[in-house]
Amino acid sequence: MSTITKSVSAEYAAKHSKIYWLAHDSIIVAWRNLLQFYRNIEALFFDAIQPIIFILLFAFVFGGAIDVGDSSYRSFLIPGIFVQTIAFAGASASIGLNDDMAKGIIDRFRSLPMNPAAVLLGRTSSDLSRGVITLIIMTITGLAIGWRITGGFFNAVAAYLLLLAFGFAMSWIGALIGLSVSNPQIASTAGFAWLFPLTFVSNAFVPTESMPSWLQVFAEWNPISSIVAASRILFGYPIDTSIGSFPMQNPVLMSVIWIVLILAIFMPLAIRRFKVATSR
Amino acid sequence: MSLAVEAKGLTKSYKDVKALIGVDLEVPTGTILGLLGPNGAGKTTTVRILSTLLQPDAGSALVAGIDILKNPAQAREIIGLSGQYAAVDENLTGRENLIMVGRLFRLPKNTAIKKCDELLEKFNLVDARDRVVKTYSGGMRRRLDLASALIGNPTVLFLDEPTTGLDPRSRLLMWGIIRDLVRDGTTVLLTTQYLEEADQLADKIMVIDHGRVIAEGTANELKRKVGGERIEVRVPLDRVLETQNLLRAIGSGEVSTDVDHLTVPVVGKGGTKVVEVVRALDAAGIEIEEIQLRQPTLDEVFLTLTGHAAEEVTV
Repeated sequence: MSTITKSVSAEYAAKHSKIYWLAHDSIIVAWRNLLQFYRNIEALFFDAIQPIIFILLFAFVFGGAIDVGDSSYRSFLIPGIFVQTIAFAGASASIGLNDDMAKGIIDRFRSLPMNPAAVLLGRTSSDLSRGVITLIIMTITGLAIGWRITGGFFNAVAAYLLLLAFGFAMSWIGALIGLSVSNPQIASTAGFAWLFPLTFVSNAFVPTESMPSWLQVFAEWNPISSIVAASRILFGYPIDTSIGSFPMQNPVLMSVIWIVLILAIFMPLAIRRFKVATSR
Repeated sequence: MSLAVEAKGLTKSYKDVKALIGVDLEVPTGTILGLLGPNGAGKTTTVRILSTLLQPDAGSALVAGIDILKNPAQAREIIGLSGQYAAVDENLTGRENLIMVGRLFRLPKNTAIKKCDELLEKFNLVDARDRVVKTYSGGMRRRLDLASALIGNPTVLFLDEPTTGLDPRSRLLMWGIIRDLVRDGTTVLLTTQYLEEADQLADKIMVIDHGRVIAEGTANELKRKVGGERIEVRVPLDRVLETQNLLRAIGSGEVSTDVDHLTVPVVGKGGTKVVEVVRALDAAGIEIEEIQLRQPTLDEVFLTLTGHAAEEVTV
């Protein structure tokens, strides 16, 4: 009986390519992550409410105080909040993976004949699908307080795709952090800590010209700034790309370069880390 | 006799703690090896190495003839692992958990579902199958975890303290399941802190302490080594000294006394020895307030084998 099932499994496994199995295993892991997430009502509630709070907070608290030239702060700000919220989603990979590690789920996965990369790809893809929901909620909130997309349909689609790709890349950094720290409490602190300077020392909330010059260099070469500038342009917010440093003159190109670079560095690092990750 | 597990010289250190120092072990196909030892002895490290989760610093291991260090992926197709804490997803139902693992084991969907329902039936989880695992008791979680380990039909099964923290009823249920598996041809390596459990299940026991194997053999051989079973009696305080002398004559080792509680190791048929003790005490007119025959505890085994108690060492 056991030998019969065994050969069915081995035969079935041999029928498809390595890539097929990577996709197969990743989809199953992603399905499990989403199922787990959407059954946790509290997490779901805060996940939905956080982007709304961010938009309203920045728009109404800082909205009048910050001068960005002749355009309204809100249309300047909203793409910035989109990027910040998407970037913060990187922390959910840290927390989720570390939690799985602490509960022994990672050990279970690692003892199975599945593709090890699928555990991470499943995690980052389920976070990606949560990113879609987050963007929808933020877009509706933004539209409700008067933000408008003025850059045309295809540019807007490109902006959303860029945001999602960036979120996906950030998830891999989060995955590496989550697999490297020893417990879920540290994972949630470490998962967020690096995101604050990264998102705030950028053009997301204030123009970089207002910063001291040394900080301005950092802010302009910050990947967050590139994605924010690219989103502003694609959503139709006027930006003068003839001035400033190279990243500020070529934000869309620079965004793509950043995303590719982050993935090229952090995917292999996270996968390598996963292979030796243990719960203790 | 073929060997399902054959490990040589397994060595592993964590920072400055030596978890394993040259452990050799062999498990013949279709048998149970019990790895007995206190916390921190190296039991979990051994299981983690053999189930491909951890790389040893030195040593080699074959599982079902597969070199697990060279071909870990191939080894994972034929092993099952149930760790010390039930690795089941709390927010998924029992059925969802099992089907997920089955599909990651690369069973075709229908086979995974069929196998899942079979296991739920076998492990007495049918009624709870559509409830999220959060609502399960400890025993149910452990059974579900074991079912997950079995869904791929492993030929070698690693169980790390399968009954730690379970109530007596769940423990008996688990023992029955493990016996059934071995009867059907599975090879099992299990770790335990309970001598009784190793005695009940294992064909052979290895005692491990501070990363080394300090004794091995069948349960009987081991018990002989540590002086067999124990008879424990409680007598009135003023008769303790007399009782000590009587017990010393019948037993096979030191009589240990704790106020009015006396314990003596006995070899041979324990039941017969109890009768001897009862007769001797009765003849001397000593009233027996309590008497029992029991297995030596892990502490007593360790005290005899190592000269120190089975203290807790955290790694």
